[in-house]
Amino acid sequence: MNLSLITKRIVFLVVVAGIWQGIYALNIFEDIIFPSPLTVVSSLYEGFADGDLVTALGASFRHLFSGLILAILFGTVLGVLLGKSREADETAGMYLVALQSIPSIVWVPLAIMIFGFSEAAVVFVVVLGGTFVMALNVRSAIRSVPPHLLRAARTMGVSGMSQFFRVEIPASVPYFMSGLRLAWAFSWRALMAGELLSNGPGLGYSLRYAQDYARMDQVIGIIIIIGVIGAVVDQLVFSKLEKNVMKRWGIL
Amino acid sequence: MFLEFEDIGKRFGEATENEFEVFKGVNISIENNQFVSILGPSGCGKSTLLSMVAGLEDTSEGAIKLEGQEITGPDPERGMVFQQPSLFPWLTVRENVMFPLKKKRSKKEAEARAEHFLKMVHLSSSSSRYTYELSGGMQQRVAIARALAMDPKVLLMDEPFGALDEQTRHILHRELLSIWEETRKTILFVTHSIQEAIKLSDRVIVMGTRPGRIIADFSIDVPRPRARDDEKVIGWEKHVMELLEKEIDKVLKEELDNESVSYN
Repeated sequence: MNLSLITKRIVFLVVVAGIWQGIYALNIFEDIIFPSPLTVVSSLYEGFADGDLVTALGASFRHLFSGLILAILFGTVLGVLLGKSREADETAGMYLVALQSIPSIVWVPLAIMIFGFSEAAVVFVVVLGGTFVMALNVRSAIRSVPPHLLRAARTMGVSGMSQFFRVEIPASVPYFMSGLRLAWAFSWRALMAGELLSNGPGLGYSLRYAQDYARMDQVIGIIIIIGVIGAVVDQLVFSKLEKNVMKRWGIL
Repeated sequence: MFLEFEDIGKRFGEATENEFEVFKGVNISIENNQFVSILGPSGCGKSTLLSMVAGLEDTSEGAIKLEGQEITGPDPERGMVFQQPSLFPWLTVRENVMFPLKKKRSKKEAEARAEHFLKMVHLSSSSSRYTYELSGGMQQRVAIARALAMDPKVLLMDEPFGALDEQTRHILHRELLSIWEETRKTILFVTHSIQEAIKLSDRVIVMGTRPGRIIADFSIDVPRPRARDDEKVIGWEKHVMELLEKEIDKVLKEELDNESVSYN
């Protein structure tokens, strides 16, 4: 990233904050629904200083990681099964797409009825949020292994299980990485949906708590945190990983 | 005979309405240590024939025998180089060449073999690089080293230089000939380039199309290296060109008839 790019982005942020402050100064809206940028920043500072937001973030990441790991596990197994067996795919593949199209917030009532208002319910929603998109990507990863690589492996006496482990799995790594990135993104969204309706702790819960007490400054502050984490993890972890793999695998 | 094609036929879409016969009644006997080219226009089935030797494609009729043994499937005794280098991008150049040797030889031995054959294709300095860092010509040389590392009885090459630029192709022709002189592997080389076939081979088998069949089979008795302007070489090229022109005309005519464009 060059300097002018960073400067441009900072200037943009300053301009947005300036306009925000300007509208605030005009006093058109009540403070309670339109806090100043400074109030939001100070409420964020407070939240971190007294540890409330730290606890919430810790809880959210705990839910996310346990859910995401399970989603990756289930999704990979399901995806390999559907990718390798035409029979399984013809039978169940369509339903996977249907399940994937269900917004994760829809699972929340189901989760609460099964697990009650517990952290397990949140993790359940996260798992469902990530599993199907992971499975769909792993399925296409297995299917998109270049046939010429398989032919080459066969002429070298590598077939069957050893072909699966030595050629198909490594060859499908790039699309597997795309699956990881999408599973993370979907799980993150599911996490927020689940936590909003949970009894805490978690970022989503803190957000609803702030709403209950009419703390618009905290609401905006938490929304900013959620957005920043989403962007940072995607840009710094998954996109980078995916790009490196794509380059090495000669796809980019 | 070393490699024997006995009455080979191939049909696609067998016993269906769009059954299509690629070729039939193909008989070829190939001697050990020879460099043999199969030359023909696209659609004559030359690549299919090679895939059958590799064991990647079944014969519809007849049998192919290597040292008397009928070929029923792929085996490392028949190494193949494809038009696409087909290297594994997650492995280094050295690991690619070692790929077929895993579990068959000790790691040390495999490494030594990889080093030896990478040196033969002049790539030992690139052995730790990944394939995306290599040019198309370098990738194809790795593929040749990988096939040789298995110590196959016969080396099958399916238009291996077809996707390369003219200059790279000339360099690789020279390298392939020196490799062949050093290892004396039997090479079965499929190409559609008349010049390439005549420049490299001991023997050229010319195939025609629709139906696919052998239309000529001759030995090139010109000492190597063969200069482009050698009179004998030019003579052979002319001769083969005349043979193939009829075949290409036939394909063109058929394709144009199918189009049947009207300009009114």
